[in-house]
Amino acid sequence: MNEIILTLFNGVSLGSILLLIALGLAITFGLMNVINMAHGELIMIGAYITYVIQNIFINYAPPEYFDLYFIISIPVALVVAAGIGMLLEVSLIRHLYKRPLDSLLATWGVGLILQQTARSIFGAPNVGVTSPSFLSGGLEVGSLILPYSRLFILGLSIVCLFSIFYYFYRTASGRRVRAVMQNRQMAECLGVSTRKVDMLTFAIGSGFAGVAGCALTLLGAIGPTIGTSYIIDAFMVVVVGGVGALFGAVSGAFGIGILNTVFEYVTNATLGKVLIFIVIIAFLQWRPSGLVMSRSRSLD
Amino acid sequence: MQNTIYQKIWSQRVILNLIFLLLLAAPLFLSDFRLNLLGKFLAFAILAIGLDLLWGYTGVLSLGHGIFFGLGAYCMAMYLKLEATGGGLPDFMAWSGMSELPLIWIPFQYPIVAIILGILLPAIIAFMLGYLTFRNRISGVYFTILSQALVLVVVTLFVGSQNLTGGSSGLTNFNTFFGFSVNSATTQTAFYIITVIVLGLVFFLSRKLVKGRFGKILVGIRDGENRMRFLGYSPSAYKTFIYTLSAAIAGLAGMLFVLQVGIISPTMIGIIPSIEMVLWVALGGRGTLIGPVIGAVLVNAAKTGFSESYPDIWTYFLGLLFVLVVVFLPKGITGLFEKWNDRRKKQDVSSSVEVEKSYS
Repeated sequence: MNEIILTLFNGVSLGSILLLIALGLAITFGLMNVINMAHGELIMIGAYITYVIQNIFINYAPPEYFDLYFIISIPVALVVAAGIGMLLEVSLIRHLYKRPLDSLLATWGVGLILQQTARSIFGAPNVGVTSPSFLSGGLEVGSLILPYSRLFILGLSIVCLFSIFYYFYRTASGRRVRAVMQNRQMAECLGVSTRKVDMLTFAIGSGFAGVAGCALTLLGAIGPTIGTSYIIDAFMVVVVGGVGALFGAVSGAFGIGILNTVFEYVTNATLGKVLIFIVIIAFLQWRPSGLVMSRSRSLD
Repeated sequence: MQNTIYQKIWSQRVILNLIFLLLLAAPLFLSDFRLNLLGKFLAFAILAIGLDLLWGYTGVLSLGHGIFFGLGAYCMAMYLKLEATGGGLPDFMAWSGMSELPLIWIPFQYPIVAIILGILLPAIIAFMLGYLTFRNRISGVYFTILSQALVLVVVTLFVGSQNLTGGSSGLTNFNTFFGFSVNSATTQTAFYIITVIVLGLVFFLSRKLVKGRFGKILVGIRDGENRMRFLGYSPSAYKTFIYTLSAAIAGLAGMLFVLQVGIISPTMIGIIPSIEMVLWVALGGRGTLIGPVIGAVLVNAAKTGFSESYPDIWTYFLGLLFVLVVVFLPKGITGLFEKWNDRRKKQDVSSSVEVEKSYS
């Protein structure tokens, strides 16, 4: 019984990480039909920012304030990753809107460059980030111990989800984003500056990648390829969830997260991956355009 | 009058035949080491032609061709390994405590079966994935992501089943092929000649395929899938066929690769090699058949030159190449030639009709 609950908890935890990563992807993909292959590297940037801020605190701050580094890292990672994302959009992706497959390749190239840059600055081996003391230990439920760090990530992803929800559905700026998503030309005709919306949305999506990177430092050592290990699963979340509604991303992330953990528990890590892929292909036979699809009469 | 003769001499067909003859004659003037390298590049070029049929002509981008290449390579490697052990148990199996040959290795004792499976296995997997996705009109980036996920799954499987595939160190240490020593210079030259002939055949047949009605339908699907559907064609059937064909070609290339390089491991077929293959096609020129060949040879030659001395710079260069090719050279190197030709022609004929091609 305990093992089952623990497996489920691990599944939910993996799901929350995937959600955090997939939120950014779903936004950029839903809005501009751009698959940003450099998203994984933006996660890596977020993780290394946490590492750098930690080192600054170790060297310059009094030890009793050490835990603060993590609280500061989250907004810094958000802002820096968003800035890099904005730069990427203005300099590269903007020119490739009409060619989604090409933008996929170009962003992959950017990702490669970013990865190699990190390797030359921080070295190829993984570096460790000490978790803040208030996140060590765990919550005891009966005979189970649920680690605070995983609970924190779960909470963080829920906070991110709600802030995105609030932004999209309760603010004027978010309404413009949805308008562009649903009908770009009509939104343009009504005076929405699609250029600004694109730039802003891409920056937001990238910013969430930075936050995800920050959260990943709680789970283990970080290295230049930290993003790539999660990114393909996050892409699958977008494919399964469908584009255009946050609900799709949420159910996709937790569905894949829980199924993945359960399969790996029942069989082994290798077969689990194969099974989840088969389940996804089978699922797409039933819902080819994902769980949530935005219906439209437009063709091509 | 003189102009037309000039053009005839330099028509494409003549140039292609010249290149083919030059490649066949390469053993006469290249050292064994260089010849081996060139053979490896040409094996990659075979794969690139197949990938271009899929991407350049049909508009379906697969980031998973490394897997099909790898399946072909592993099929050949399993046969070579069994031949090297003389029907006994390969060393890595003995280390992981197995006493007899596992069932899936048994067919690979026979070289002909191994060669057939090396083409058939990738084709079957591609057919299954292609049929199940294209049937549901899953296309564009969605298919691309699924094809990349396939790489992740297969590579994890290959690394994970240590006792069946040799795990992350792969398969190596081969001795003989049909009784000929694989390490002797004569056999390697023979492998090279076989590779050139296969490349020529694949090129010729692909040319036949795309020049005819079939090729026009493929391009039609690329540029307006729904219109083709309304005209009564079934794009999903065509896409599935071309995906399967392209996987089979990749398997063939994998077999030729392993014969000349003598090792295959999961890192050679993973996500990064798979996406590099796409770069060969992009750099050479999508939608032409000679482009992928040029791209594959150029990129790999540059890689061999660069990465041995400066591996870091190579990664930067590779990333930059992706960005630059996509932004500034969407038609690749052959696109440059076309532009140059057009400019020369425009001096004679003032008007020309430009057809905008969309690849995405």
